[in-house]
Amino acid sequence: MSNALKDTDQNSQKWVARVRRFFRWLTKPHIVLSLIMLIALYFMVITPLIRMVTTTLTWQPRDVVNNPDAVVGGFTLYHYIRMLTGTLGKIYLSTPLKHSFTIAIGATLLSLLIGGSLAWLVVRTDMPGRKYVNQLALIPYIMPSWTLAQAWLVFFKSTSFSGGTPGLFEYLVGQPPPTWLSYGPVPIIICSALHYYTFFFLFVSAALMSIDSSLEEAGDLMGASRWRILRKITLPLVVPAILSGFIMTFSKVLGTFGGPNILGTPIRYYVTATMIRGSMGVGDTADGFVLAIVLIMFSVITISINQKLIGTRKSYETIGGRGFMAQLSKLGKAKIVLLISSVTFQILVIVVPLGLLIWSSVMLQDGNYSLSNLSLQHWIGARGTIYNHGEPGVLLNPKIWQTAWNSIRLSLWTGLFTAFLGIILGYAIVKGRGTWLSKLVEQLAYIPYVIPGIAFGAVYIAMFIKPLGPIPALYGTFTLLVVVSVAKHIPYSSRSGVSAMMQVGRELEEAANISGANAWKRFVRIIFPLTSAGFVAGFLLTFITTMRELSLIILLVTPKTQVLASQTMFYIENGDGQMANVVILILITITLIGNFVIGRFRGGSLKKGLGM
Amino acid sequence: METTIIINNLTKKFGNVIAVNDVSLTIEPGAFLTLLGPSGCGKTTLLRCIAGLEDPDGGEIYIGDKLVFSYDRGISISPGKRELGLVFQNYALWPHMKVDKNITFALEIQKMPKDKMQEVMKKALAEVQMEGYEDRYPREMSGGQQQRIALARMLAYSPKVFLMDEPLSNLDARLRMDMRSEIKRLHHISKATTVYVTHDQVEALTMSTKIGIMKEGVLQQLDTPDQIYHFPANLFVADFIGNPKVNLINGVVTGTNLVQIGDFKVSVATLSALKNVILSVRPEDITVLTEPDADAVEFTAYSVLPAGAESTIIAHRKETEITVKVMGISKIEIDQKIWLKFDPECLNLYDKENGNLITA
Repeated sequence: MSNALKDTDQNSQKWVARVRRFFRWLTKPHIVLSLIMLIALYFMVITPLIRMVTTTLTWQPRDVVNNPDAVVGGFTLYHYIRMLTGTLGKIYLSTPLKHSFTIAIGATLLSLLIGGSLAWLVVRTDMPGRKYVNQLALIPYIMPSWTLAQAWLVFFKSTSFSGGTPGLFEYLVGQPPPTWLSYGPVPIIICSALHYYTFFFLFVSAALMSIDSSLEEAGDLMGASRWRILRKITLPLVVPAILSGFIMTFSKVLGTFGGPNILGTPIRYYVTATMIRGSMGVGDTADGFVLAIVLIMFSVITISINQKLIGTRKSYETIGGRGFMAQLSKLGKAKIVLLISSVTFQILVIVVPLGLLIWSSVMLQDGNYSLSNLSLQHWIGARGTIYNHGEPGVLLNPKIWQTAWNSIRLSLWTGLFTAFLGIILGYAIVKGRGTWLSKLVEQLAYIPYVIPGIAFGAVYIAMFIKPLGPIPALYGTFTLLVVVSVAKHIPYSSRSGVSAMMQVGRELEEAANISGANAWKRFVRIIFPLTSAGFVAGFLLTFITTMRELSLIILLVTPKTQVLASQTMFYIENGDGQMANVVILILITITLIGNFVIGRFRGGSLKKGLGM
Repeated sequence: METTIIINNLTKKFGNVIAVNDVSLTIEPGAFLTLLGPSGCGKTTLLRCIAGLEDPDGGEIYIGDKLVFSYDRGISISPGKRELGLVFQNYALWPHMKVDKNITFALEIQKMPKDKMQEVMKKALAEVQMEGYEDRYPREMSGGQQQRIALARMLAYSPKVFLMDEPLSNLDARLRMDMRSEIKRLHHISKATTVYVTHDQVEALTMSTKIGIMKEGVLQQLDTPDQIYHFPANLFVADFIGNPKVNLINGVVTGTNLVQIGDFKVSVATLSALKNVILSVRPEDITVLTEPDADAVEFTAYSVLPAGAESTIIAHRKETEITVKVMGISKIEIDQKIWLKFDPECLNLYDKENGNLITA
């Protein structure tokens, strides 16, 4: 063979080797899954964001009315100038944003107070009955977030302001309550906090459980007072948990729609979330998107500041590891007082609101609290009466049955896909730990976390109103609701997937690999069985949260794809508040059943689903 | 079942760290090769490369006559097709399967008939003396029992090569002794070529037919335990093997077979062309005399540490410190004068520049 021939031979062999190595890398299970996830995340998270930004930067068909020179699709800063400056900017952006922040900060602080003290009482004191207090503490979170807002109105509704029917307060006292108590920031903050305190409760109680009480005892021996110990030793140790709870609560409240819509809109107290809906509702999509982008930016900034703080505080978390025998604080005489106050609190946030909703649902005429007014009209009344615009009672209304079925279908599919994605994401991320691909997937999967619910819904309108590549225009379809719900749950599913997968040592899969099991067998026989508890927990948790999700889907539902959550809002806005209350009660029943089922499953709990 | 393993120029990097650096070695059929070295020396990575769990960045590996990995040709056979078994440090028993399923998993994949499978499983359990444990879950057994099951799992599908990654390091000292003899027996019966990774030199010396000592990804010496112990190829190996540690003393070659140490001279069997050398001598290769002797050098007992079967004596003479090991409980007292006698055959000389053994 001549030298030249030899060279080309060696060269081609080099190339063959290179191609083979590349394909071997490409066909590794976690690489394949990572790449699939990248594509999915690109379509579910990245493109919608890009579409949203481009929409705000181009002339829309609607703009031509006021701007004759505008070329549809051409570049413009019109929407930004319009929304961020001048009187319109004040009405649409700065005032609502101020309101949003007021509510988010207020609700977060109140949540911290409630969740933190409940956690301490339950975990670290000898208060009797703390087991039950612990179980009941999670109920408000299981109920839809705007339940309390609706119950609040049943009690504090005021005729002085909107005319209409009186609430229970006015009926009993004979005088309308002050407006600040009926509507606006105060009730919104209270109702949001009573729902979202559960994050603080979960995070702080987990942290308290992991603190070795000898740290506190050491302080005790040195003669420090109890208050001093709490302040100087216990509190600093739970700071990371508090910061995590802060992020969660703050970003949730910032994007929440239900409460502010029920308690704010009647007195024109708008927050960004309700404003976005307003703009989108009248067809100013691009304007709504500008607001959504601003909301996203603020949410991202807040969260990254918090993350920085947590980063520097991380050293505290080395105290982890459960199972310390915690020394319980003796409450002494305060025991009974604290027990009574926590029980009262739970009655106030669970029993009373539910009671009010039930009562309201069985009153024929709203605002008449006499016994003679009791009726099942709203539940099983006939069609064509003077009540509820002639609609039949909820249980006899085929439309509602369809809506309930939609809700269940949506939650089932979302739960299933989310749990499945969780395992895949967990596998891809954990297996590739340390590689750029794994980091990229993990970070992309985190994005929906920082996008407030209402903004996320807005993003999806931008995306699927027109066909996108192989994907048809999904706007108005049931599929879109599933896709958006799955996408919004990705951060939680990836977190819980990662933590489930971390517990499966890599040797377990390697041992199967050496035994000759291929990727599919390894998944079916080893990986899946070992993570199935996490899978079930993830499924059930997503089922519940999807069932009562409103902010996310409110912009995307159409009469055909209406779900129970959006149906309540539809009834409220239509003036049929009592029908809304019936629907809320049905919704709560379904979620409570779901929660009961979670409790039956080994390893299934709200905590697991939050990736703790 | 006798399989040769040939490794040529194997290299594996993790980022900028070279875990295995251009290692070449041949493992004869039926050998028990132990890879020995401090943690982070690349021994486990090398084992995982042989198993196919890591993709190396260069070199090739043959198992038997099969080329299982070649960087230059882009070949890498999957672990399952390399016909080898691996026992992990933490056993890696599948927690959701009972013992019987753990053992028959690989057999099911090979589509072995059911009754044959049961027979093989029983035989494997008998081989590790764990009959009757079929119905236990891994968490219901002690660490030692789990390790036996892990061995049975490997034995059941009779791989051509046994790989073991520090299988005894999670056991207590007593169990470790038992398992050592157990593993050595299993190897003796099966004659499977075995690669064993450990950081415990006693394990390596007692079990292996060959020991490969690694440091920072480089194979330092590959030899029989006897050769490794008596003729370490370089100072690192000399220092790593042996307990108490070998004596390493600076010396200057002053004549044929004579080395000057401080103010005295010792004769050695090696001829060295170099001037500056390091002389090594194992503590047990030195004879201690309590009376002066023509061939012995006077020292003072700085400290005496009797430990039942043997005693360690630290001897000083000016700047020179020498550790000596004698059998039984020593009667020598601290600060007593003693005379040390060196056997020329037991003294190795190393190049002071590069630390390599000087061979005559």
